[in-house]
Amino acid sequence: MTRLGDLAQLIRSKNAGAFTLTFDVMFDTQESYERVRASKVLNKKNFAAMYHVPEEEVTFFEHDAARAIKISIPRPYVQSSREDGDAYGGQQHAPLVDLEIPD
Amino acid sequence: MTEVRVLSASGQIGSGFLESSFQRGISLKPHVIACDGGSTDAGPVHLGSGKPHFSREGTKRDLRLMLKGRDQLKVPLIIGSCGFGGGDDGVAWMRDIALEIAKEEGLSFRLALVRSEQDKEYLKRRLREGRIRPLSPAPSISEDVIDRSTHIVGMMGHEPLADAVSKGAEVVLAGRASDTALFSTVPMMMGAGAGPAWHAAKILECGTACVVQRKRPDSIMAWVRDDHFDIEPMDMDVRCSAQSVASHTLYENADPFLITEPSGTIDSYESRYQALNDRSVRVNGSRFRPAEQVTIKLEGAELAGYQAIIIGGVREPFILRQLDSWLAAMQEKFFARVQEMFNGRLGRDDYDIHVRVYGRDGVMGKLEPYADRIGHEVALLFTITTAEEAATDAIAKTFAHFALHYPIPEWRGLISGIAFPMAPAHVNRGPAYRFNLNHVVVPDSPLEMFRTEFMEV
Repeated sequence: MTRLGDLAQLIRSKNAGAFTLTFDVMFDTQESYERVRASKVLNKKNFAAMYHVPEEEVTFFEHDAARAIKISIPRPYVQSSREDGDAYGGQQHAPLVDLEIPD
Repeated sequence: MTEVRVLSASGQIGSGFLESSFQRGISLKPHVIACDGGSTDAGPVHLGSGKPHFSREGTKRDLRLMLKGRDQLKVPLIIGSCGFGGGDDGVAWMRDIALEIAKEEGLSFRLALVRSEQDKEYLKRRLREGRIRPLSPAPSISEDVIDRSTHIVGMMGHEPLADAVSKGAEVVLAGRASDTALFSTVPMMMGAGAGPAWHAAKILECGTACVVQRKRPDSIMAWVRDDHFDIEPMDMDVRCSAQSVASHTLYENADPFLITEPSGTIDSYESRYQALNDRSVRVNGSRFRPAEQVTIKLEGAELAGYQAIIIGGVREPFILRQLDSWLAAMQEKFFARVQEMFNGRLGRDDYDIHVRVYGRDGVMGKLEPYADRIGHEVALLFTITTAEEAATDAIAKTFAHFALHYPIPEWRGLISGIAFPMAPAHVNRGPAYRFNLNHVVVPDSPLEMFRTEFMEV
């Protein structure tokens, strides 16, 4: 098992507008990108469970030229609303860093 | 083969760029210089209050170099979303800075101000006509939402900008605009391929965000041709790679392949990225799919109230093991104190106290997978909101004292349960805003929602 954070070139979250949160997991080698894709650890179902949204509200893309996986969800709290703790949406990816990818 | 050279001064005006980078760009003779001036990324306060995000000093420094550069080359300069929120206050602010610089530097130019703030009666009429559609997800819209907004802007596409340039505008200061449209306007006018024009624009608008290892905000240039574009950062120490450019459409978008603009969609499904050398990249295969109808995105902000914050730490293990019940009980008991102070004038719904617990779930809230864990200390951030500035101040200072001494059953005697790093413990934030729209309007024409004023400077 290897931690996703040790395989990825970059893991980040960000606002995609004030109402959507988008996550990028990017790789600097084809090998690491293929390994994580093949493991299917990052998928709509797992993400929906981790981030407490219905599966149909998760969008999922693989971008081969960028060697990136992109997942987006409706923002858990609208940007800068009462309960929002992250105005730029930049710290919501943290649990992804420790995800285990099988060897 | 058409070639249109587009110089992006920086990702945001006011955030800076190296003068040497910008001057290198000027030496390469761009046909247009453009820069984005705003975003929703910094929250609703800029739209809500009309106040800018970056400093006047930083903005003036950046604008001065851009105005001198465009004057030297006699090419258009386009700046959008002025004042960050892009409302009429923001356009006025940028205009005043531009006029100051013109006077100081002895510059003259034809200036176009393209305003994007929306008339409420117009929007209510469009709402009744069924011409306003929600995006997904969207808060609910009504005439009341429109009325209580402090400012609503429409995000213009390239059409109002092209109209201004075609009428001789040498400097365009626009209100809220699609960041991409600022950079696609002149290539489209000059007959470059629409796919390359729009895709290049999408990358240029963020400045050097598309480089391999970004040092700082800085200038970048694209050569837009019929069926491809080339892109290169101006600082020789910094480089683009095929992957770094390819990954740029991911940034701040939910869909990295299809990006919606007012007049159509940028389709990068077939885009191919190749390194030309170790610093610049060529992109083939980008498409722009015109929409059947132009749609203009609305952004709106309303006053959420007047806010104060209190920050303090808790280290005491007996409080930490009952933190939620301690916090809930103190807020419950505090209401009686509010009634006393205001003689019954303020009810439960007239004030709000919200607490975040850092060291537990302050950052992720309900998403935090480790919310059951607390270490040996937490930071509490209380936010107090009411509809009146004076009431917020009174409640905040009273609550700070009330919370400080709120007891736990384990100790007999007066305790001080919160460690304030400074006193007084509360800080007034002033007015706070919230976004209240995520909708598009379907106008009859792409120009009807925007107002252009020309000035000879």
